Amino acid sequence: MTRHLKVDAPIPDSPLDHMAQGVLGKPVSRLEGPLKVTGRATYAAEARPDGLLYGVLVQAAIPAGKVLSIGDAPGALAVIHDPRLIRYAAQGMATEGPTAGPDQVEYMGQAIAVVVAETFEAAQAAAQALQITYEAKDVPVDPEAVEPERPEKKQSATGDLDRAMQDAAHTLDQIWHTPSHTAAAMEPHAAIAEWSGDQLTVRAGYQMLATSREQLADALGIRPDQLRLLAPYVGGGFGSKLGINADSVAAAIAAHQLGRPVQVVMTRQQVFDLAHRRSETRQRIRLACTADGKLTGIGHEALVSNLPGVSFSEPVTQATPFTYQAAHRQIVHAIARIHRSCAGSVRAPGEAVGATVFECAMDELAETADIDPVELRLCNIPDTEPGTNRPFSSHKLAEALREGASRFGWSDRRPTRQRLEGEWYIGMGVASAVRVNSLIESRARVILQADGRAIVETDMTDIGTGSYTILGQIAAETLGLAVDRVEVRLGDSDFPPASGSGGSFGAASSGTSVYLACAEIRSQIAALAGCDEADLTLQNGQVRTGNVSRPLDALLTAELTGDGHLEPGKTEDTVRQATWGSHWAEVAVNRWTGEVRVRRMLGVFACGRVLNEKTARSQCLGGMTFGLGMALTEAMEHDPRDGHIVTRDLAEYHIPCHADVPPLEVHFLSESDTYVGPLHAKGLGELGICGAGAAILNAIHNACGVRVRELPATPDKIIAGLQD
Amino acid sequence: MKPFTYHRAQTLTDRPDGATIIAGGTNLLDLMKHEVMTPEALLDITALDLNRLEAQGEGLRIGALVRNSDLAADPVIRRDYPLLSRALLAGASGQLRNMATTGGNLMQRTRCPYFYDRRMPCNKREPGSGCAAIGGINRNHAILGTSPACIATYSGDMAVALRALDAEVEIDGPAPRRVPLSEFHRLPGDTPDVETALRPDEIITAVLLPAPIGGQQLYRKVRDRASYAFALVSVAAIIGMENNRIAHAALAFGGVAAKPWRDAGAEALLIGQPPSDALFEQAADLILKPAKGYGGNDFKIPLLRRTLIATLRDATGMEATA
Repeated sequence: MTRHLKVDAPIPDSPLDHMAQGVLGKPVSRLEGPLKVTGRATYAAEARPDGLLYGVLVQAAIPAGKVLSIGDAPGALAVIHDPRLIRYAAQGMATEGPTAGPDQVEYMGQAIAVVVAETFEAAQAAAQALQITYEAKDVPVDPEAVEPERPEKKQSATGDLDRAMQDAAHTLDQIWHTPSHTAAAMEPHAAIAEWSGDQLTVRAGYQMLATSREQLADALGIRPDQLRLLAPYVGGGFGSKLGINADSVAAAIAAHQLGRPVQVVMTRQQVFDLAHRRSETRQRIRLACTADGKLTGIGHEALVSNLPGVSFSEPVTQATPFTYQAAHRQIVHAIARIHRSCAGSVRAPGEAVGATVFECAMDELAETADIDPVELRLCNIPDTEPGTNRPFSSHKLAEALREGASRFGWSDRRPTRQRLEGEWYIGMGVASAVRVNSLIESRARVILQADGRAIVETDMTDIGTGSYTILGQIAAETLGLAVDRVEVRLGDSDFPPASGSGGSFGAASSGTSVYLACAEIRSQIAALAGCDEADLTLQNGQVRTGNVSRPLDALLTAELTGDGHLEPGKTEDTVRQATWGSHWAEVAVNRWTGEVRVRRMLGVFACGRVLNEKTARSQCLGGMTFGLGMALTEAMEHDPRDGHIVTRDLAEYHIPCHADVPPLEVHFLSESDTYVGPLHAKGLGELGICGAGAAILNAIHNACGVRVRELPATPDKIIAGLQD
Repeated sequence: MKPFTYHRAQTLTDRPDGATIIAGGTNLLDLMKHEVMTPEALLDITALDLNRLEAQGEGLRIGALVRNSDLAADPVIRRDYPLLSRALLAGASGQLRNMATTGGNLMQRTRCPYFYDRRMPCNKREPGSGCAAIGGINRNHAILGTSPACIATYSGDMAVALRALDAEVEIDGPAPRRVPLSEFHRLPGDTPDVETALRPDEIITAVLLPAPIGGQQLYRKVRDRASYAFALVSVAAIIGMENNRIAHAALAFGGVAAKPWRDAGAEALLIGQPPSDALFEQAADLILKPAKGYGGNDFKIPLLRRTLIATLRDATGMEATA
């Protein structure tokens, strides 16, 4: 039986609060952790089917134009230049394959063929030996050198911002630039494709199986039911594995042509070129406020880029309309059509760069208006969503700011450039954290075996986030079992389709479907026990009704199956759903060299119910570290002449490493959001990055007086602003 | 990667013609995977008896196979040549230092991204093809000793310290010889593909350090992140003070040229003078007089100045009394 829920109304009382097991929310270590640290969790490239061949992707060496000939590759079994090869990766949740046709080159590094050989080394050598001829075309690669598109539905204005700027006591009008970013997942994109008759199995790194299956079937010209995707372990996604990429398509075509399983693993450089990048942004922020800091005007203009014809554009201003209130508001969203690599979702698309820059602007306005940055934020928090007057599903920004200020010791912050310790200026910064929240349709099946063990099956993925564990905890809590009595099976498209991992929606969406499946089983147990479901208590494998308790396995005569089906409903529209928090950073800036070292960070977050204190905290640590990278080190540099990515390995593209990351403290606010389904849990994966970089950049200013508006804040940009 | 034959040398003379020497392989393997280097034969020398650190005269002889991590941790090095230990520990990562050898480190090639990218012209990789870094992304390129053919840097740290320490490179070959470190790495000129004085039929057997010189020995490396990043600029400084005057000065710079850079004139200017910011400014002026930026790396000129001043303040004791 399927238990279905469409979230059309708030659920004031969470059934999970009435369960007895007491395991939900606990810091349970990852169920699959021992497999991972002993090498027994097989990632996509680690399967070794008999007869496996190795494919290497061949990349275009021109920014745009036509492939005239590919040439031969002695030593290779095949050079496959198939018209079904995709030009760029699919966007997350797309249901069709991306544009095919590798003859048309749209960016430097595009995959145009795959070379297959008996060994990886032979395939690599053969691929590098190809003599490819092109007809190259001149194309723009600089987003600021073209007239951008301004889609009408992405622009909005209320009141008269220009007038508000003229009339205000204090204003801010500045431009920021953020560079392209890469997801930099540890596991490179990889696929192994194997045909059996007309049935295809692909093992690959995917975040979302259900839509990836549709994309890949469409790209290959087969039916989705001919295709099975397996992604039980995924070594990080961060957006880069939301949709299919060239590895899967090439492996599937090659395996079909050669009649043997084929593996295609991207090199790190190929991951840089072929995984979506986060678009660089130019952001102009205008703010106007009264003498006492009440915002009267908010303007946020964003310029982003993507390839011609690709619908995704970095939603920079996503949270701007509802984070702070002001009577006069303007949002501008412009898209430059240029031939850099394809842009898509990377680590909290939108707020990661949008809220970060906006929170830097707030810090500048606070300085101009001579108001404490925390106070400026507190006095501009809206009661309802500006513009629509919808209520917020819950709103914890003020509490996050107050709690954070106290925990961080904000009152010790000194005026700008007033704290010098040896060669180091010390400063503190703050930023608000905000991220939109949503649910995605999800299904799960739970089987309660006659021996009292449970199995959870869903095509949900665990990309290193803890899905296995939280889904196990939800099932254990609802069915009254110890966590080790629950087996969680994920990452197989034969299982009921879930939300997948992306957009912070996985835990709440997939988790609710698992809860619903378990709730269905609870009803069946109540029927077996002959009691009203409300009188049923399940705990430690015991079924308790009134004061009678008996073992669950004694009650069961056969296995019980429950299916759960969650659909988002009216609460997506009736309320504004978001997660909130605050970021705090203390930095040291070297007075001579401009090097910045973060000394400590604090993140205070509210995400509804915390499903697992440990994995939730880890998510936030990761997000805050991303924020550190965005503020200080990460930049994908594009060659000014052909747009190709110059910093395309992890020695040149600097993600923060251990020595860069100071002690990070995470504090969760107790919160229960009734509009997001029975779990009362919201997304958390991305909140940690949204605004984190701003706290650091604002701390840099407090330390040494330098405003860096061109990210990242590397030493060159600091010394350019230092006064001595 | 192109197929290659592999030989494991048992003696120093066991050297097939034309074989490329591999020791730690921390750079060569990358270059081979990218087919930037395509040796037909590899000669693995790690079995040779070149991994000893021993006294030689008043100085030290560091075998070419002594690992970076062992060298950095050696008590004699830490006591008598702390500059070398500091420079080594500022380089790469723990894992890389465990593999990298003294000789191999001297032979490491530039990190210019265009050198690694076979789609791009590069005079170092393919003489005569051009330099894509000029007019490209050249944030971490050279400002001193560049040529229209090449603006790549020598990206290592160890050799910068060795340059300040007046080390020599011991070379075996048809005519065994010693080459001062100052002459080992070459500026690009018209032949950026020729990076060192080592001839194809020669092998580095050791690095020789002169007698310990004492003084304050500092290695200051400025980089984009705290861990594992190449120097934007680095300063190796040995400063001896007498009667509050600079009695001895040796300064070498990394991240700014195709070789560890040294300026005898600037050192002479410092000697005999009491330390002051004005004096350090003058020294910086002298060193940076021939400097030329290429757009992305213009900042290295003020950054080197600032880093030099900070290092000299520290080495002369000014920072502590400020």
